[in-house]
Amino acid sequence: MSERVILAHFEHEDDLLAATNAVRLEGLQIVDVFTPYAVHGLDKAMGLKPSRLTWVCFVCGMVGGLGMLWFEHWSASISWAINVGGKPWNSLPSDVPVAFEAAILLAGFGSVFALFAVCKLYPGKHIRMISPRVTDDQFVLVINEANASFDLSAVQDLLHKYDVVAIEEKLL
Amino acid sequence: MSEPNAPLRPPLVTGDKTLSDVTQDICEPLECRPNALWWVAFLTSLSFLLLGVVAVWYQVATGIGTWGLNKTVGWGFDITNFVFWVGIGHAGTLISAVLFLFRQKWRTAVNRSAEAMTLIAVMCAGIFPLIHMGRPWLAFWMMPYPNTRGPLWVNFKSPLLWDVFAISTYLMISAVFWYVGLVPDLATVRDRTEPGWRKRIYSILCLGWDGSARTWHRYETVYLLLAGLATPLVFSVHTIVSMDFATSVIPGWHTTIFPPYFVAGAIFSGLAMVLTLMLVARKVMTLENYITKVHVDKMCKLILAMGCIVGLAYSTEFFTALYSGNAYEQFVFMNRALGPFNWAYWTMVSCNVIAPQFFWFRSVRSCLPVVFVLTLFINVGMWFERFVIIVTSLHRDFLPSSWASYVPSWIELATFAGSFGLFFTLFLIFCRVLPVIAIAEIKGAAHLKKVPSKQASVQEKVV
Repeated sequence: MSERVILAHFEHEDDLLAATNAVRLEGLQIVDVFTPYAVHGLDKAMGLKPSRLTWVCFVCGMVGGLGMLWFEHWSASISWAINVGGKPWNSLPSDVPVAFEAAILLAGFGSVFALFAVCKLYPGKHIRMISPRVTDDQFVLVINEANASFDLSAVQDLLHKYDVVAIEEKLL
Repeated sequence: MSEPNAPLRPPLVTGDKTLSDVTQDICEPLECRPNALWWVAFLTSLSFLLLGVVAVWYQVATGIGTWGLNKTVGWGFDITNFVFWVGIGHAGTLISAVLFLFRQKWRTAVNRSAEAMTLIAVMCAGIFPLIHMGRPWLAFWMMPYPNTRGPLWVNFKSPLLWDVFAISTYLMISAVFWYVGLVPDLATVRDRTEPGWRKRIYSILCLGWDGSARTWHRYETVYLLLAGLATPLVFSVHTIVSMDFATSVIPGWHTTIFPPYFVAGAIFSGLAMVLTLMLVARKVMTLENYITKVHVDKMCKLILAMGCIVGLAYSTEFFTALYSGNAYEQFVFMNRALGPFNWAYWTMVSCNVIAPQFFWFRSVRSCLPVVFVLTLFINVGMWFERFVIIVTSLHRDFLPSSWASYVPSWIELATFAGSFGLFFTLFLIFCRVLPVIAIAEIKGAAHLKKVPSKQASVQEKVV
């Protein structure tokens, strides 16, 4: 599916933030913004919702911790009960450290793999960079032209207010 | 848009750098051939590494009877080195995770290399218990897996097993944290590199990163989550390492102070090692504008704080022993300070308690050669701390008839030297192939110089 978009190039983080905010308030559709680093406040300017990856982390952590706790209990007091220094077979305190480590391990790996999956990041992925300077020193705001009432010159005027350095039209 | 109080703080990056200057300065060392100094350092570390490989091969082939251990001193150099290296690693996680949660922006200059240091140090640490098994090819027996012996499971009540899980989790989570941090920077390097095999490798490693704000948004969430997970992890790891000792009934080990004492000591030694490496790296790689005197100053203050905690732990430990009324406990501590290993004890005290006190003075903190020497002292002192804890607690036990001494054999010395060889070899390779400073993080954290936007180049075209 190809769509006509406008690429607005900026040199500074504050211009980009202000322009993104203004474009969103205008009711224009922001396809994406490309930045060399994580710009603080850009999620609000773009109107992005908080990520739900925290839930993935929580669930994975619970699975890891409780799963390991169950396994320790099962292996040490059911499958092959062993007597260690006369301690009870299912002594809970000594099961805590390993269960904790398992919780951390699963939570960490779970959230990272979820991030890679949701953002479609994988080795060997072919991408066309929107501009080679995006990973260096340039910020690019991508606006969709799909809307029938799209007025190119009005958008250009709006962007010029925020020190835009280049405007391109492109088929994505 | 600078913060209202920004001018009050010294800049994180000096030398009027723009965004592209930062990229250029940090990526440049990866794009040119290494200089003679690098080769000298690399070949020296590589020869130490080879020495270590030969020593390990010999002791695995012959058996660990080649060590200087005896029936009384059953733990010596290997466990000392293990705890030493794990401790070194902890500062990396402190800087990358704990300081991230505290929003300490200055960490961006040192976090990448500190994390690399963590990873390499934990690898060095892992080697020692593996060799100590005598038959390292059976190391997988430490993992609970269905086997034909029952199945016979591992003993989850043993701190030594907790350690297996703690250290391996720590290694894997540190590796993931480091790699996730690297992904955007690898994309930066990819976009600068001429087409060829290097570009292809960086493209694969950066997973097709395109700088999209939607990705950044989720990425930041996951980075925060990882920092939040790594923080309790780092405390748990050295707590569990200390429980290897504290859950025993040996006087000098059997104390409740061990977990916090070990964690403080670990962070203390690791910070000293980070600073040692950073002082060399900023000079050799000309990163003086990124790792500034302000950074060194802050690191020195952290070392001072941790040094005071360690000093407090030493005195608390000693006082508790004397106050306990337990004759064996009292004997062990008097024996540490006045017995045959008193030189090790006083080396430890002077390096770890007295040396960091110089950091109270601004003049000392700003004189980099002095800082360098003091950090070396702390590195030595922290190694001796573990040696003192392990050897002096064991060598004169409950029965005077079984008292013994301990002298490391050349095999143990060569293995220890080999672990330094491994550490520096890997660190030097890291400096050559990956950006040593987190480019994307430092760009976001530092107030960099702004190039005026060139309005003249506005163009409208259809592609």
